[in-house]
Amino acid sequence: MALAKRSFDAVVVGAGGAGLRAALQLSESGLSVAVLSKVFPTRSHTVAAQGGIGAALGNMDEDSWLWHMYDTVKGSDWLGDQDAIEFMCREAPKLVYELEHFGMPFDRNENGTVYQRPFGGHSQNFGERPVQRSCCAADRTGHAMLHTLYQRNVRAHTQFFVEWMALDLVRDSSGQVLGVTALEMETGEVMILNARATLFATGGAGRIFWSTTNAFICTGDGLGMAARAGIPLEDMEFWQFHPTGVAGAGVLITEGVRGEGGYLLNKNGERFMERYAPNLKDLASRDIVSRAMATEIKEGRGAGPHGDYLLLKLDHLGPEVIDKRLPGIREISKKFANIDPVKDPIPVVPTVHYMMGGIPANYLGEVVVPQGGNPEAVVPGFYAAGECACASVHGANRLGTNSLTDLLVFGKAAAESMIKFLKENPGRKDLPKDAAERTLSRLARLDNQKNGESVAEVATEMRRTMQSHCGVFRFPDTLAEGVKKIRGIADRASRTQIKDKSRVFNTARLEALELDNLVEVARASMVSAEARKESRGAHDRSDQYKDGDRLEYKPVHMKPLTARTIEPKVRTY
Amino acid sequence: MRFRIFRYDPDKDEKPAMRGYDVRLDPHDRMLLDALIRIKEQDDSLSLRRSCREGVCGSDAMNINGKNGLACITKLADLKEPVELRPLPGLPVIRDLIVDMSQFFKQYHSIKPYLINDDPVPEKERLQSPREREELDGLYECILCACCSTACPSYWWNPDKFVGPAGLLQAYRFIADSRDQATAERLDNLEDPYRLFRCHSIMNCVDACPKHLNPTRAIGKIKELLVKRTV
Repeated sequence: MALAKRSFDAVVVGAGGAGLRAALQLSESGLSVAVLSKVFPTRSHTVAAQGGIGAALGNMDEDSWLWHMYDTVKGSDWLGDQDAIEFMCREAPKLVYELEHFGMPFDRNENGTVYQRPFGGHSQNFGERPVQRSCCAADRTGHAMLHTLYQRNVRAHTQFFVEWMALDLVRDSSGQVLGVTALEMETGEVMILNARATLFATGGAGRIFWSTTNAFICTGDGLGMAARAGIPLEDMEFWQFHPTGVAGAGVLITEGVRGEGGYLLNKNGERFMERYAPNLKDLASRDIVSRAMATEIKEGRGAGPHGDYLLLKLDHLGPEVIDKRLPGIREISKKFANIDPVKDPIPVVPTVHYMMGGIPANYLGEVVVPQGGNPEAVVPGFYAAGECACASVHGANRLGTNSLTDLLVFGKAAAESMIKFLKENPGRKDLPKDAAERTLSRLARLDNQKNGESVAEVATEMRRTMQSHCGVFRFPDTLAEGVKKIRGIADRASRTQIKDKSRVFNTARLEALELDNLVEVARASMVSAEARKESRGAHDRSDQYKDGDRLEYKPVHMKPLTARTIEPKVRTY
Repeated sequence: MRFRIFRYDPDKDEKPAMRGYDVRLDPHDRMLLDALIRIKEQDDSLSLRRSCREGVCGSDAMNINGKNGLACITKLADLKEPVELRPLPGLPVIRDLIVDMSQFFKQYHSIKPYLINDDPVPEKERLQSPREREELDGLYECILCACCSTACPSYWWNPDKFVGPAGLLQAYRFIADSRDQATAERLDNLEDPYRLFRCHSIMNCVDACPKHLNPTRAIGKIKELLVKRTV
């Protein structure tokens, strides 16, 4: 069956922070660009980011990109690439100023500059004391940023394909990427979007877990497409558990609460982080705080009738600070925890929040794969930025605020690499004859499947398995069992059945297609977690840890672009 | 818990119909969206938009027992049974609870929803005092869910000519921004019997907004500025 085809210079898949920042650059350079998004752009999950954007502006106290870089390298447990981290931390202030010029409603200081709040793991002078580095708009920074970027794209007349879901990557026999296949949700029509350069900015995949701060749309679509097209995923064992998800609901409570002076208590009213991180306490990095919380719960010091959560106290900040700096948190607490934080502490548990791994990329946003002895051969025409990419700036553990920084810096960098590539490679290569074959067979399989399980059943099983076998603490036997189980689930996912066969906005079909992506991510995560026999950052195998005994599958770039290497040392906060 | 839900699939239904559902909830199901997901587990053909499930993305706006709201932050305990769910009123239905929002976004785009400032770009941030920044509170938080505009009788009558409360709230968001230089141009754009003046302060928008914003007040401020400019 032949499919309709449209051709562009560039296709951007995803319209969150990274996709929109890239789209802006591409549109303004006069290229023909198609930006695909499963949801209207301002509904992308960037909208839910709360606490801020990390950038060493130095508006509050002395700061430097070098200190930001040190904190990020240390936060990554030395698994982040130091060239990419230097690039991000140096570029960050420029990108924040630029966002301000676009109209972003940042909070302000008396002197009119952008207000910055303290955040976990961010310090002055190489770990000495906390620094105020997080540029924020109350606790709605992601919302403010996403809307500002969308607005700027309206001004630039960016062409959006709203409610189009990309289904598969199109590659030719040489491996070059030539676009994607995509489904228009409203009509059910499938099309090939042919591009000379393709960017994935498809976001995270937290929905592989039972409990996550992530939105329903975070189904790892870019990773699924890349994996099906033969591109290996990197560092998938590293999943960040955010210390403060609302217990039972999973909704995020920003680290900005602790940045503004809130702290965690166990059932005895003890400020337990003082024991685990004597210097930065509640503002230690997220892996450290989440592990401390899980330990408190495991050792019987959790609060509540079942002792299964901890308490985030902020009433001492007073209603004025809470309403000015954390109004969204107050709203969420009332709605999802039935408490008013002005009076009572919020019940919180570590909750899956962020995927440090992803599609392997370099600091220019180019996707790389191992090929003929070169661990990082560039895939021509293919780019990735944001959470779906592994640049890698977050290594084994991301610092709070660095996700938004990552979106801005690498969204723009990837677009600039694409512009350069398009200039140097003016021709358009022919599409292979079988360009849409994988997509069409997936769709045909779904339409004709008989006696299959429901998508919801298989997805539930996957989420429970990830949650119980791949949590904060990981053990060799449960991981090995998890690998077996997840392989079985992946197999079942290939036989799911949907009852709804309508062409019009068929969300059952979309969820089945999303499950194909989710299981790719779940399988990669579980297999990688089982294989990495060390504890590092967010990946904790209590059994195997030996300090200094570290594994590297893809060589870590220890050499920054201009700075001196930050040498590994024991990581304490 | 009992529900009656508007169902329409143009691919197979001649006309829309309300369908009844009786669904057993899990003890953890707190919000209307949780119940809708339960229903979808039984009947995968029910179509709705949803994403963040915490009231910030604006996807799951619908008409709930006669009032517009977001399913993800509407507590089940507060709802009278059977819960009647319909698509947002006044917009073309694509399928079930999914409406065509093109007209709504067209109006949003028509107010030039971006900062206009033609000064040379400074090296660092443009300065703005905390007082000036406070002017944006209650404006910039809009999530474009369309609960307000689709609760407005003036918008139902003239969706092509009246900007509607959501668009006007954003028009004022830029007028109120100390960094924006296009107030005159923005007022010109709205000085029209339909675009702005179809608002008769019915205030359904204020009642409907799930983020507790006040479009009527913003519209009042725009009208004030127009009056000031004529006298």
